[in-house]
Amino acid sequence: MSSSFEQNKSSFVVSKEDWSLHRKGYQDQQRHQEKVREVIRQNLPDLITEENIIMSDGKQIIKVPLRNLEEYRFIHNYQKQKHVGQGDGDSEVGDVLAQDQPKDAGKGGKAGNQPGHDVVEAEISIEDLENMLFSELELPFIQEKEKDELETVSFRFNDVRKKGLMSNIDKKRTILENLRRNATSGSPGIHGISPDDLRYKTWEDVKLPHSNAVIIAMMDTSGSMGNFEKYCARSFFFWMTRFLRKQYEKVEIVFLAHHTEAKEVTEQDFFTRGESGGTICSSVYQKALEIIDERYPPSSYNIYPFHFSDGDNLTSDNVRCTRLIGELLKRSNMFGYGEVNQYNRSSTLMSAYRNLTHERFLYYVIKEKGEVYQALKRFFHKREGEK
Amino acid sequence: MTTELEQLEYSIQEIMEIADGFGLDYYPMRYEICPADIVYTFGAYGMPTRFSHWSFGKTFNKMKMQYDFGLSKIYELVINSNPCYAFLLEGNSLIQNKLIVAHVLAHCDFFKNNLRFSATNRDMVESMAATAQRINGYELIHGASKVEAFIDAVLAIQEHVDRQLIKPQRYDKRQQMEAKQRLAKEQRKAPIRQGEYDDLWELETQSAALPDSGEAIPFPPEPEKDVLWFIQEYSEDLEDWQRDIMSMLREEMLYFWPQMETKIMNEGWASYWHQRILREMDLSSEETIEFAKLNASVVQPSQSLNPYYLGLKIFEDIERRWNEPTEEERTRFGRVPGQGREKIFDVRELDSDISFLRSYLTKQLVDDLDLYIFEKQGPEWKITDKAWENVRDQLVASRMNGGFPYIVVQDGDYNRAGELLLKHQYEGLELDLKYLERTLPYVYTLWGRPVHLETVVEDKSAMFSYDGNKVSRRII
Repeated sequence: MSSSFEQNKSSFVVSKEDWSLHRKGYQDQQRHQEKVREVIRQNLPDLITEENIIMSDGKQIIKVPLRNLEEYRFIHNYQKQKHVGQGDGDSEVGDVLAQDQPKDAGKGGKAGNQPGHDVVEAEISIEDLENMLFSELELPFIQEKEKDELETVSFRFNDVRKKGLMSNIDKKRTILENLRRNATSGSPGIHGISPDDLRYKTWEDVKLPHSNAVIIAMMDTSGSMGNFEKYCARSFFFWMTRFLRKQYEKVEIVFLAHHTEAKEVTEQDFFTRGESGGTICSSVYQKALEIIDERYPPSSYNIYPFHFSDGDNLTSDNVRCTRLIGELLKRSNMFGYGEVNQYNRSSTLMSAYRNLTHERFLYYVIKEKGEVYQALKRFFHKREGEK
Repeated sequence: MTTELEQLEYSIQEIMEIADGFGLDYYPMRYEICPADIVYTFGAYGMPTRFSHWSFGKTFNKMKMQYDFGLSKIYELVINSNPCYAFLLEGNSLIQNKLIVAHVLAHCDFFKNNLRFSATNRDMVESMAATAQRINGYELIHGASKVEAFIDAVLAIQEHVDRQLIKPQRYDKRQQMEAKQRLAKEQRKAPIRQGEYDDLWELETQSAALPDSGEAIPFPPEPEKDVLWFIQEYSEDLEDWQRDIMSMLREEMLYFWPQMETKIMNEGWASYWHQRILREMDLSSEETIEFAKLNASVVQPSQSLNPYYLGLKIFEDIERRWNEPTEEERTRFGRVPGQGREKIFDVRELDSDISFLRSYLTKQLVDDLDLYIFEKQGPEWKITDKAWENVRDQLVASRMNGGFPYIVVQDGDYNRAGELLLKHQYEGLELDLKYLERTLPYVYTLWGRPVHLETVVEDKSAMFSYDGNKVSRRII
């Protein structure tokens, strides 16, 4: 609807129209968001090793800095510039207005004039990131475990019955029963426990379904493994665990740290504790074999031993290592060896492993952080026509 | 709601009568009442009919989010066009709309009368619609992503145009430049003759007269401020559709440029008049309070220097000083009392922010408004200066070239390999190097050959180059 007025000098019209079909802003907004996703996809190698993801401790939404979606142009260096501001009337030379916070708009960043000064951060859920990453990965060498191979490996007490083993007696319930019986018979109190009052805890067998996986995370924690090496390994295990969780109902991780001898450690120690000394890798393979034989029968577990190291090893130990890897491969779906080797040295371990030709033995040499992504792709790449 | 609309129409008529009485001179007005997302779309694009690009979507998203969270609100938008379009936010109260209508009329008066706007295309709404349509057509032919990538590159240097105020009639930039170059060539061949007998003098030095002809004729003959134009004309790598897009986007930038040059004045002028006009109206007590609240929020002083407030204060100060000149002003400048209104109309016609601040930001204003200079020292932002002249000069400097770095084409045939040399006219403000390094590849996209930019970093001349693969920098 509209109407107009003619005046001696000027005219005007007021109108109100139906704008509901005008979607341009939303369309371009969507295009922008698509571009954000595109950039995230391109930056996956960098993003997946971002500290705030690896250290996110279960946060579902994370912020990732986006470096490519700013509208770049020639601008002045805001930080090195003088600016004019306005005070309340009593400002004085020397007053501190703000501590450095690049995002603070109150410092005179006139929106629109200096669009480049916001740090662009995109919020993304870990799930989205996973979907992007995992769409490029595939689980190799799946070994179907037969249905009838389901094994009873655990039990839990979850029922109470009148009959049972005396050692499993449920004292609390027994007394409650006694109290109730005495109360109904007119003499309240705890006395005269009869066989009728006795209650036993009973258990139920827990059948673990076959789709279980265990990661045997092995890492060299000798002096030569620095922060960078550990960080790469940590990023790798972070994503590998998540990836396997998508594939299997239950994924366990065993952390084995080694220098000249191996021991099982907590996750915390695994990634933070450093030890000095030399390196004998076979020790950890031996330990892995023991643990597998003890706790993770290959008939019900998909086993993924992964070893991260900087490549240092006692030369004489190499033969033992290759033999033990062979043993491990008999029990496992695959064996992965990741070498974090920033400076591309030729390493003792690789000199031996290079000649190992087993289709389920895979290795990757990580030279920089971004290559964690490449490593993931190497170990879990999509294979055509293979099962 | 017809009655509401009728009330608004009645008020607009009243406001226009008051404005006419004050001598405001504006185009026919078109008021459109729009829902918030539409007003914000227009705000993000600068024009309702502008072409589509993700960067506008990004801005729209940011603005709309602030609105949704109640952090900021745009009440109106006004377009420099004839007729003049003004978009009012749906749900504004009548008194809010009264203020806005008055505010918008003064904007329109400014568009119509300020010298900087004299060359702007008043049919830009239609022109931009045509541009959008053509770009859309190119997307259909060349693919949306290709066109988008190209527009990304053009937008990266879109501020580097030359908005000359005074141009010769029928001025053809290309012709003029080439004429200059011919001239330079001829001069090279024959040294300039200044007097009748020069040729006699030359006899002596004839053998040495011809200088080393190995030196190239500079191209462009003089540093070219209009980088966008230069690339559009002389890049050997562009297809017709790309040149077309460049010239259309350049037109849009030229259209927006005067608005960037007069932000403080324009907002100050509009704020000055919405106050004066509303004072003439019969407002109920509720309306008066609501008006006062809204007005206060518009002209609220803020640490980051609200242009509405600063502009308003300067206009009021000018009016006062020309109404009641001091003894000195009377005797020295022969200023006659009572000229205030007339004076501010002159200022709105002739000045831009730079001259406005330089001429009319007085010591008293700097003190009254408590303006200061602040800068970063270590991790802290500190007030470092309150001397009024420094404040004024700093403010003027920050408005130079619309606040953008002044960059020129220094050489269009650099290294004699058709490479492009840009030069940053350094005046104490360094470039953001990260942005610089990311922008050069865009220039490369447009130029098609290696591009270089000369600037100053930490008091040393530095050259940044991009050869299609990587950016390198060296000190020269």
